Amino acid sequence: MTTTTDRPVAPRRRSRAAEPWAGPWRRYDIVKEFVVASVVVAVLTLVLAVVFSSPDEKPITLQAWAKAAPNDFVATAVSELDGQSGTANYGAPYTNTPDAGQKLGPLPLQRWGGVRAPVDTATDFVLGPLRAVPHDPALTAALTTYAAATPDRQNGWASTYADALSKAPDGDPAKVPADDYGPVPTLAGRLLDLATSGGLDGALTSEHTQFYASDYTKPLLFLADGSYLKDQARAQHLAGDQWGMMNETGNYPGQAWLWLYTFWYQIKPFSSSDNADALVWGLMALLSLLLALVPFIPGLRSIPRIIPVHRLIWRGYYRTQNRP
Amino acid sequence: MTGQVEDSFGGGGWTGALRRRAVAVLPPEQLLPDRQPAYVSSWIYVFGVLTVAAFGWVLVSGAWLALAGAAWWHSSTVGHFVNSLHLWSVELFFFFMVIHLWGKFFMAAWRGRRALTWITGVVAFVASIGTAFTGYLVQQNFDSQWIATQAKDGLNSVGVGAWFNVLNTGQMLLWHVLLLPLVVGVLVVLHVLLVRSRGVVPPLDAPATGDPATEVSS
Repeated sequence: MTTTTDRPVAPRRRSRAAEPWAGPWRRYDIVKEFVVASVVVAVLTLVLAVVFSSPDEKPITLQAWAKAAPNDFVATAVSELDGQSGTANYGAPYTNTPDAGQKLGPLPLQRWGGVRAPVDTATDFVLGPLRAVPHDPALTAALTTYAAATPDRQNGWASTYADALSKAPDGDPAKVPADDYGPVPTLAGRLLDLATSGGLDGALTSEHTQFYASDYTKPLLFLADGSYLKDQARAQHLAGDQWGMMNETGNYPGQAWLWLYTFWYQIKPFSSSDNADALVWGLMALLSLLLALVPFIPGLRSIPRIIPVHRLIWRGYYRTQNRP
Repeated sequence: MTGQVEDSFGGGGWTGALRRRAVAVLPPEQLLPDRQPAYVSSWIYVFGVLTVAAFGWVLVSGAWLALAGAAWWHSSTVGHFVNSLHLWSVELFFFFMVIHLWGKFFMAAWRGRRALTWITGVVAFVASIGTAFTGYLVQQNFDSQWIATQAKDGLNSVGVGAWFNVLNTGQMLLWHVLLLPLVVGVLVVLHVLLVRSRGVVPPLDAPATGDPATEVSS
C-alpha cells in the first residue's frame, strides 16, 4: 500500500534577479549615451596621441648586429655550427633534441607538439647563406673541406674554436691562439662579412627561395641566439626578470593587462623552474577558466556579498530601501 | 497589415519565423531602451559603453593603418600619428574594460540567468588580450622582435607554437587584422545583445517575489 504525504509543493526555485523589474524607472537614452561616449573616447585618444605619441624603436638588423657586436655575432655563428646554440638544442617545434622541451607536470606538451618547423642551425643559419656567396675561392674551399669532413670532425673543429673564442680577450677572433679549427674560422668570418654587408638579412627568411617573404622565424631565432638582442632589451627594461613581458620600449604603458602573467615569472617556483613557461601558461589558462566560470563556483561567486562594493555602487538604491 | 501579408504568404516562411523569434527574444524597446530601472544610476555603468566606444575607435584607427599597409607608419608622420591613435585607443579600451569587468564582478552581475553574459565578457577580454598581443608582434620594430622571440617560448612550451607561430609576421598580421578582431567583434555584439535581452542585473537583496534562499547562489 502506498501512502502519500499531504504537503505543499515547494515553489520552483527561481532567482529574484531573473524576474522583471517591478520597481521605479528612470529616463534613459542609449543612443545618446553611445554617441557621447564615442566623442569622449575620441577626444581622450586624440589628446593622448598628440601628447605622448607612440614608440617605434628601429628593428635590429643582422647587419647592425654584425657591425655593433662582431665578436658576439661570430660566437653565435660558431654555436650554430657546433650545435650549442639555444635554437640547436631547443627541441620542438624546431629540432629533434632528446629530452628537450618543457612539461606541464607529467605532460610533455612541447614534445607532443612535434617538430613542425624544423631548423638545422648549421645549414640554415651558416652554411646555406654562405653557399650563395659567389666568387670567393677561399670560402668555396672552406665549404668543401667542411662538407667532406665527418660530423664528428666538423663538430670537433667548431667546438674547439668556440672554446678558444670564449677564452680570448673580449671574444675577439683576432686574439684566438692557433689551433686546429679546420675551416670554421673562415666560415664564421665570411658569415660576418656577409652580415656586415647586409647580405644576410634577406638570406635567412624562411621563403628565401621565393621573391616574397613574410615568415621571419629563422632570422629571429638566429638573432635571439646571440647576446646582442638580449643586451639591448635589458637596457630597455624588457627582460623577463624586469617585468619585461608587459613593457614596451620607452616610457609607455605597454601591455599592462599582462601584469598577472608577468608576475608569476618574478616568484618561485616559476622563476627558477625549467618548465616556467608551461607552468605559467597552464596556471593562467586555469585562472582564466575560473574567471569565466565564477557564476558556477561556490565561494567565488559569493565574494561580492562578502566584500560589499555593491553597497557603494547601488548606494542610492539602498538608501531609499532603508528609509522608514 | 503585417499580419494580413504574413497570412497570405503562409506566415513568411523561415524569414517570418526568424523575425518573430528575434522580436520575441529582444523586442525593439528592449534593444534600444529609453528607460532603465532606477537603480541604474552609478558611474560604474558608464564603463561598459566606454569600452564599446573605445573598441570602435580601435577598429577605425586600425582600418586606417590597414588602408596604407603594414609598414606605412614607419615612414610617414601621418602614419605614425594614426599608429598613436591606435595605441592609445587600445590602452583606453583595456582600461575601461578592466574597470567594467571588476565592477560587474562586485555586482555579481551573473545573477538571474546572466551567466552567459558574464562568460562572453570574460572570453572577449581574453580574446582582446590575444588581439593586442598580435598587434605588438606586427609592428615590425624592436618591440616586435623582442616580444616575438620571448613569447615563442610560452607558446612552444604548451605545444602550439608551430600552429600559432609568433615569429611568422605574415601569419600574425592576418590574425591581428582579421581573425581575432572578428572573434572579439562577434563576442562584443553577443555580449551587448545578452545585456539588452536580460536587462541590467538588480541590486543584491532587491526585494521581489522569489525564494530569498536562491539569491546568492543563482
